Amino acid sequence: MNFEFTEEQLMIQQAARDYAQRELITDVLERDRTGDFPHKHVKALSELGFLGMMVSPEWDGGGMDTVSYVLAMEELSKVDASVSVIMSVNNSLVCYGLEKYGNDFQREKYLKPLARGEKIGAFLLSEPEAGSDATSQRTMAVDMGDYYLVNGTKNWITNGNSASTYLLIVQTDPAKKHKGITALIVEKDSPGITLGPHEDKMGMRSSDTHSVMFNDVKVPKENRIGEEGFGFTFAMKTLEGGRIGIAAQALGLASGALERAIAYAKERKAFGTAIANHQAIAFKLADMAVKVENARNLCLKAAWLKDQGKPYGYASSMAKQYAADIAMEVTTEAVQIHGGYGYVKEYHVERLMREAKLTQIYEGTSEIQKIIISRELLK
Amino acid sequence: MKVLILIGNVPDTNTKVKFNADRTAFDTAGVQWIINPWDELALTRALEVKEAQAGAIESITVANVGRVETEATLRKALAIGADKAFRIDADPADAYTVAAQLAPHCKEYDIIFAGVEASDYNGNAVGPMLAELLDIPSIAGVSGFNVENGKAVFTREIDGGSQTVTAPVPVMAIVQKGIAKEPRIPAMRGIMMARTKPLQVIPPQAVDARMKYAGFDLPPAKAACKKFTEEQARELIHALRDEAKAL
Repeated sequence: MNFEFTEEQLMIQQAARDYAQRELITDVLERDRTGDFPHKHVKALSELGFLGMMVSPEWDGGGMDTVSYVLAMEELSKVDASVSVIMSVNNSLVCYGLEKYGNDFQREKYLKPLARGEKIGAFLLSEPEAGSDATSQRTMAVDMGDYYLVNGTKNWITNGNSASTYLLIVQTDPAKKHKGITALIVEKDSPGITLGPHEDKMGMRSSDTHSVMFNDVKVPKENRIGEEGFGFTFAMKTLEGGRIGIAAQALGLASGALERAIAYAKERKAFGTAIANHQAIAFKLADMAVKVENARNLCLKAAWLKDQGKPYGYASSMAKQYAADIAMEVTTEAVQIHGGYGYVKEYHVERLMREAKLTQIYEGTSEIQKIIISRELLK
Repeated sequence: MKVLILIGNVPDTNTKVKFNADRTAFDTAGVQWIINPWDELALTRALEVKEAQAGAIESITVANVGRVETEATLRKALAIGADKAFRIDADPADAYTVAAQLAPHCKEYDIIFAGVEASDYNGNAVGPMLAELLDIPSIAGVSGFNVENGKAVFTREIDGGSQTVTAPVPVMAIVQKGIAKEPRIPAMRGIMMARTKPLQVIPPQAVDARMKYAGFDLPPAKAACKKFTEEQARELIHALRDEAKAL
C-alpha cells in the first residue's frame, strides 16, 4: 500500500494547478455569462499536452497514466468545469476509444491529431429518446457496399460544434437490438450533418453542447470501429474509463468549493469572530472535507486499477456516483457558508453548484451507476 | 552560447514558516519545494531566446548545490525545457559555500544567470560571489535579455528609465523579476523527456561555511490596519503633501 504520488504525477498536478489558477480564472466568469467556447484555453492546454495526455507517445500522446489524469482533472475542474469536460471527452472517450479499439489506419488518421490537440473529438451516443437506455438507438446506418448511409439525431453532444472527429454510435441491425449496434468514425464536415443550436445550459456554459442531425451522411466502411455489432460493447467499455474523468471533475468541483469555503470562513466575521470559529460552520467544513477525501480516494483507486490493467468498471461507477453526489452536497454547503455572497456570481461557488448538478446526470446518471454497482454486488 | 542557470530549491511561497524548537533552523516538515521564482523566470527567458533564434543559445544547463531531495526541483527545470542538469551533493550552508562549490564547474559557460535573491534566505549573494570567484564581469538588476548578432544584450531598470548593456562573455547576469512575463508551465512532453535528460551528481569539495545562523525569529505580527474616514483621509493627504512635502 502506498499513498505517495510520483514526482511526475506531482509535476502534472502542479502544471494543471498553475494553468487553472493563472489562466482559467481570468475569464471563467465572463464565459459563464456569454457561453463562449474557450478556444484560447483549449489551444494552450493542447500545447501543454493535456488534451491527449493518456495516449501513448507512439500515437503522439503524452503517455501519462490515469492517476496523473485524475490529478489534472481535479485541478482544472476546481476552477473551470467547462474546460475540463472538453479535455475529459477528448481524452477518456474519444482518444481512449480510438487507441484501444481502432485499427492502425484509424489511429494514424484520426487519433494522432486528436492526441496532439490539433483537433478535438466528440462522442455521440445519447439520442432524444435514448439516454440512460443506450440500447434503444434509433440512428440508423444502412450498409451501401463500401459505405454506410447514416440518418438520425444525437443529443447533448459535448464538443458538438468544436469537434472535428465524431465517434458515432448507430444501429446497423435493429432486429439484433443492442447486438446490432455499431461504432463509426465520422468527420464533422461530412455533407448531410447539421447542428442544433448551442444548448443554453444551467452550468458548464462555455462547453458547446449541441444536437447533431444526420441526413443521408455517407461514412466509409474503413471508418467502422471493430466489427458490426461491436458498438454497444465499445460504448460501454469506453464509458467505463470516461466515468473516471467525470468523477475527477466532480471531485474538483467539490474540492474547489471546499477551498473557497475555508478561505471565506476564515475571513468573514460574525458575532465578533471569524465564522470558522463557530462550530456550525467548522463542522460543515469537516463534513465537506471527509466527503472530498473519500471521493478523491475512490477516483484514484479506479485510476490505479485501470493503470494496473485490472478490471475497473465497478470502481469507476462507485467513484462517479459518489463524487458526483457529494459534489452537489459540498458545493451547496459552500454556497450556504458564503451566505448572500454565495448567491452572487463573483464568489464562484454558485457556479460550482450549478456545474456539479451535471456530473450527476451525464456519462451515466447516479442512478445508472447504482444499477452497475448493485448488479456487480448481486452477481 | 552556453547558458547556465543557477536553480535555488526554495519553499513554496505560500509556506507557513516555522522553526525548530531551539530556533536554530527552519522546520522543513510538510514543506513543498519549488524553483526559486527569479531563477524560474531566467530559465523561461533563456528558453524563449533559444527557441526564437536558432543557434543563438547552444545549450541551457541548470545547477544547484543540495542533497538528493532537491533533484525534483532540478527535474522540474528539465521538464520546463533545460537540456541538462548538475547537482553538487552538499548542504548549501551559506552563500559562500554555494558559490565556492559551484565555481570549479562553471568555467565552460558563456552566460550564467542567478536570481537576484532566493525567496527563502534572501541573501542576494550567490551571484556576485560566484562572479568574483570566477573573475568575470557581473551585471546586476537584469530585467531583460536577448542575443543580438551573437552578442548577449541585457536590459537593466534604473531610476527613471532603463539601460542596455552588453558584456564580453563569460558574464554573470543577476536577474530581477520582469526578465520574463510569467514562468513557463512544463508541457506533458517535457515532463516525459525530463526522465531521460542527464542529471549529473558531482561530489562536493571541502568548503567551510563563512557564516553561522545564530537564531531565527518570526517578525512581530502586523498591527491592525488603521482606517480613516473620508474627511480624515483628506486631512492626512493635505498634511503629507502640502505641509510635510512628503508626497
